[in-house]
Amino acid sequence: MAMTDLIHADLHERYGTKAYSSLTMHRLGLWLFIISDAFFFTALISSRYFVSGTDRPDALIQELGLALTAVLLLSSLSAYRSEVAASHGDTEGAKRWIMITIIAGFVFLGGVVFEWYEAFHDFPPGSGFGTTFFTLTGIHTTHVISGIILLAFVYRRAAKGEYGPGHYWGVEGAAKYWHFVDLAWVFIYPTLYLVGESVEMGAHG
Amino acid sequence: MTALKPLGRAILFALIGFLIGAGLSAALVEAAGRDEMKEPIIAGGYMFALIGWLFGVGVWGSWVREWFGATVKPFHIEGWGRYLGFSTDHKVIGVQYGVTTIVIFLLAGALALLMRIELADANSTLLSRTDYNTVMGLHGIMMIAVAVAALMGGFANYVMPLMIGADDVAFPRLNALSFWIVPPVAVLLILTPLFGGMDTGWTGYPPLSSQGPTGNLLFLMAFTTFGLSSILGGLNFLATIITMRAPGMTWSRIPIFVWAVFAASLISLTATQFVAYALLMVIFERVFGMHFFDGTIGGDAILFEHVFWFYSHPAVYVMILPAFGIELEILSHFARKPVFAYKWVVRAFFSIVGLSFVVWAHHLFTSGMSSELHGPFMVLTELISIPTGVVFLAAVGTIWRGRLWLKTPMLFAMGVIANFLIGGLTGLYVADVVTDLNFQDTYFVVAHFHYTIVGGEIFALMGAIYYWYPKITGRMYSERLGRIHFIGMMVLYNVTFIPMFIVGAQGMNRRVADYPAEFENLNMFITVSSLLLGLAFIPFVYNMVNSWIRGRKAGDNPWGARTLEWQTTSPPPEENFETQPVVVEDPYGYGDPDAKHFEFPSGSGHVAEPAGGDD
Ligand code: HEM
Ligand SMILES: [Cu+2]
Repeated sequence: MAMTDLIHADLHERYGTKAYSSLTMHRLGLWLFIISDAFFFTALISSRYFVSGTDRPDALIQELGLALTAVLLLSSLSAYRSEVAASHGDTEGAKRWIMITIIAGFVFLGGVVFEWYEAFHDFPPGSGFGTTFFTLTGIHTTHVISGIILLAFVYRRAAKGEYGPGHYWGVEGAAKYWHFVDLAWVFIYPTLYLVGESVEMGAHG
Repeated sequence: MTALKPLGRAILFALIGFLIGAGLSAALVEAAGRDEMKEPIIAGGYMFALIGWLFGVGVWGSWVREWFGATVKPFHIEGWGRYLGFSTDHKVIGVQYGVTTIVIFLLAGALALLMRIELADANSTLLSRTDYNTVMGLHGIMMIAVAVAALMGGFANYVMPLMIGADDVAFPRLNALSFWIVPPVAVLLILTPLFGGMDTGWTGYPPLSSQGPTGNLLFLMAFTTFGLSSILGGLNFLATIITMRAPGMTWSRIPIFVWAVFAASLISLTATQFVAYALLMVIFERVFGMHFFDGTIGGDAILFEHVFWFYSHPAVYVMILPAFGIELEILSHFARKPVFAYKWVVRAFFSIVGLSFVVWAHHLFTSGMSSELHGPFMVLTELISIPTGVVFLAAVGTIWRGRLWLKTPMLFAMGVIANFLIGGLTGLYVADVVTDLNFQDTYFVVAHFHYTIVGGEIFALMGAIYYWYPKITGRMYSERLGRIHFIGMMVLYNVTFIPMFIVGAQGMNRRVADYPAEFENLNMFITVSSLLLGLAFIPFVYNMVNSWIRGRKAGDNPWGARTLEWQTTSPPPEENFETQPVVVEDPYGYGDPDAKHFEFPSGSGHVAEPAGGDD
């Protein structure tokens, strides 16, 4: 395998084109996926203004929204640290930071579930704002869950010592995906919690 | 028997998945205290059934096991059995897509004939109105799926990696996954009539689609699933074209079909997410009782149309761009002339991609959208005619004063030029607000889009089938039957669809089983010619099947074409090329005896007969 790769790279050099490593291909693949998914979130976020205008119910728990955002943003930092640790061959560090990220993910999920529980009374899924709220947070939550699953797999492989300098794509990929999920929330949070007027809404408002 | 193992396992896992999903959904509905049970159970069951199906067919064995630290068992079977499993060879996947889409094409064609028989007279005779609507919707969505997947899934998969001198696509397992997502789509669509059918047509507009029978839910889930396949395919092709080109294959040397696939993939990758969301909104209305489209609660019915067409207009270019690529490819090789204005064609492809994102609301001129938007969307739509015209002129320029070798592929490629001219020009009438206010939802629109999709894309598809048939099967089709198929299809196709412009302009509505008696004569005429058009496919099917079994050996490069897929055996070995080809010039140097597209530097390689200009 390595031998033919060498010949291949050599031919590219001789004929003036570029040989791409499989790592570059994986990175490209992930970026394409992120671009694609970003279109989905664009549709999602713009639909808010069609479905429920710019009003938001005063029953939203502002402190909770802010706390969720903070937790998620901090977890981006820990995801980044895990990547750095893996790239330095620091397996223990990588494991620790991945675990912290996963825990932050669960804290976030817990907060969302609490908010849903409250929302069921104040603006249920059948109401105007409820439709927006449950759709946006619901779809974002599936992303968070898939991110946690990815991180869990990566944790397991890190524990087996599969990553080291130069070969830590698993950690890098999972961390990049996690950043994307956080970034999506950075747009969703103002869309739900900050935009427009806070008004009193009945269960069918 | 072992060949059927993956499928058997897939079906078993799908059933188990369904039970799990249905059970979970039932428990959740119970906990939430809602009374609507049926649709959440079906939706939840389907989601898990889909996962079960994919795991069973090979995603588990050749992929996910790895994540658990176990070794994967790649799928490897010789013979026809390889088409029934999770093969990661792009050539096998191309054939899987190709055969699947042709079968769906013929089925959907039969549904069209059923509609035509109903429309032979002005009253309901054969089908009830609901049944008519279901047949029409299924015909529409099946054909849309064929139009999106036949060229991109079938030919882009089979030919594109060969054309760029690669040994496979960038992500082979993802490629297999994209294909195996498709069979569940077909199953859902086939089940639709058993669940009350659907009245909406392929566009699935709410509120009809969110209030109609459960058949609508199956349709919506099928369409969403199909979108997922399309997104993953686009991602894979982009990565392949960017990273897997052979040494020396610079951007200005890649065949025009590859550019077309690249441009179309950009649309699949991005715009498809919008249709997924549009359909999901309706699914959420049905399953979770949400309200996106009800003005009295919140929401706006036009939201769906905006999000839906933000994908579905660009999607027509996912259909037509690869068709343009194939058309130019065939014209060049059979006229023995370079693709005319290659660089301008590439620029045109990307202008089309860009513009296709800003014209969607031309489908909403009569929907009650704010009328200030009419003018801008009309102008933007008409702007697309400029790059489209560039491609058209390049096609004409390519055959201009060439010595045309009129084999079946060439006949079809020239048919594309003629038919697409009509399709494109009538596009202007529906793009113009004033005329569209009259034409919208009439047979004029039906005729317009059939001229672009059938006259443009399906003709290119047929050309592609004949052109690459010897490469894929290693055998030559019967030229005589091919010509009969072409002449029959070209004549009867036009005879069938031209009158639709007339009844449409006179005001006959589309999507109706009954119509005013004054249109009866022309409709009878259309029905008769459509049935004859159906007969024109008999020589095609016979030719394909018979030649695959008994056709004469075709040789490696029967057309003497210069692109790389012809510089290997027919069919190519699993690794595509015995030694790596490298590229030194563009592939269209016909007429220049010194021009050469490729060489095999490390070893002699497998060189086919010299690619030259005999006829
Ligand atoms: C040359 C430029 C084109 C223009 C200016 C154009 C314009 C339009 C417009 C304005 C409509 C809406 C008509 C109405 O509903 O009243 C329409 C419908 C349609 N067009 Fe085109 N079009 C063009 C090319 C194409 C191509 C290349 C395809 C497909 C390969 C296509 C497929 C369709 C389809 C499927 C519909 C009908 C959708 C439906 O309502 O079911 N068009 N076109
Ligand atoms: Cu359009």
